Amino acid sequence: MDVLDVAWRLLAVLLAFLVLPLVVGQAEHKVMAHMQGRVGPMYAGGFHGWAQLVADGVKFAQKEDVVPADADRRVFQLAPAVALIPYLLVLIAIPVGPNGMVGQAIDAGIFFVLAVMGVGVLGSLMGGWASANKFSLLGGLRTAAQLMAYELPLLLAAASVAMAAGTLSLPGILEAFEWWWVPWQIIGALVFFTAGLAELQRPPFDAPIADSEIIFGAYTEYTGLRFALFLLVEYAGIVILCALTTVLFLGGWHGPFADDLGWLWTLLKTSVLAFVVIWLRVSYPRLREDQLQRFAWTVLVPLALFQIALTGVVKVVIQ
Amino acid sequence: MSATVSLAATATATAASTASGTPGFLSPTGVEILFLLVGLLTLGAAITAVTTRQLVHAALWLVVALGGIAVEYLLLSAEFIAWVQVLIYVGAVVVLLLFGLMLTRAPIGRSPDADSGNRPVALAVAVTAAAVLVTVVVDAFRTTWIDLENGAPQGTTDVTGRILFQHWVLPFEALSVLLLAALVGAIVLSRRGDGRNGTGAADGGER
Repeated sequence: MDVLDVAWRLLAVLLAFLVLPLVVGQAEHKVMAHMQGRVGPMYAGGFHGWAQLVADGVKFAQKEDVVPADADRRVFQLAPAVALIPYLLVLIAIPVGPNGMVGQAIDAGIFFVLAVMGVGVLGSLMGGWASANKFSLLGGLRTAAQLMAYELPLLLAAASVAMAAGTLSLPGILEAFEWWWVPWQIIGALVFFTAGLAELQRPPFDAPIADSEIIFGAYTEYTGLRFALFLLVEYAGIVILCALTTVLFLGGWHGPFADDLGWLWTLLKTSVLAFVVIWLRVSYPRLREDQLQRFAWTVLVPLALFQIALTGVVKVVIQ
Repeated sequence: MSATVSLAATATATAASTASGTPGFLSPTGVEILFLLVGLLTLGAAITAVTTRQLVHAALWLVVALGGIAVEYLLLSAEFIAWVQVLIYVGAVVVLLLFGLMLTRAPIGRSPDADSGNRPVALAVAVTAAAVLVTVVVDAFRTTWIDLENGAPQGTTDVTGRILFQHWVLPFEALSVLLLAALVGAIVLSRRGDGRNGTGAADGGER
């Protein structure tokens, strides 16, 4: 692998990182608008107000970047970067198509992806603490509690796929994939997707940023570009979660004409899942903090353990 | 840090034996230089973590130190261990630590009472532990040169899994039982005071 090849791959990953979250963000605006019958800005740019995204970007860039007087300045300013960079790193390891169409094939890919995703939450914690605001601190606390509860089912569900494939490498899992893995691993898939939603703090698991209770949680004091970065983190997280679910449970690039159109299958499956994420936001009310914890420990963890047992039994039987 | 020292020791040792064809100490490769720099950064972060008067900053410096160790593992081609280090320590332990700090008290700025009278004792213990580790590692490896680039793969998931579940399976199981016991103990301790509000009613009589 020469330098040019590496540079080209990194550039492609960076480009995907800059484009896909914005697409998901714009899709969220539009899908929510039509589901709720509140269409919002429809004029900028002509068709469905697509240029509103650009206008919003310009608005965020123009706003004053305020740091509260009592805040811990350095930690406060560093937090958005700590939250965003892990997702950029994760994107490198996600295979898009067959025959090495991946930023960098990593031997322990699942571990890398889940480990680095967990680091991103430190950004929310840092922001929540450094803002010197009680609502922010509460948001940070809820973020941490939620992460600790949902990291476990996420890992267990991913471990089940790793057992089925006999490898931790993401391209390796896709190589080993068969169509009947989808029904076999369906419980794991649901657990993974749900726990992932909770880790991203998306509705219905958005108690850490519940606007009617604690304003905007850890992000309450942020303005301008730093706030926009935190929003971008959320959309980048959706992209990563949907892409990971696709790769682990839905066969990634597998599909008709996979050799030529594999990347299209990955993108298609990812966007369908992203649509589901947005759909859930519109249709479910927020879980209360205690319901949220109980759901993780009494529903998701046992289900994930059951899936692991099932995977083990089937694996032994078919060998 | 003992890993860094061991590398330096290995490098020193090999300098003496360059005649036998092993790579030299005076012409370090880029990876070796990077290893030493990351080691220094890790040491600096670790010292800052224990000396800073700002509680939450200490936890965040700990993130830097633990992350630095993960990078060192990665440079030594122990990829699996590196990601486990990030997953467990940076992703879980530090988050738990920050959670505990925020739940109890996490003032912004310096905490004058964050110091302890045990400072000299702690320093003595730390220096002793470091000395023991460095002695053991230096004594164990001496002039051994491990070729990470061209030799057999050493740190991949496959190799780690095989070694863990073939040679070390008994210690592994013993540790699992120990951790399970600790887990059960933690649950018993935390449920003891909980009997009156219903959720822990089953063992309420033990109080």
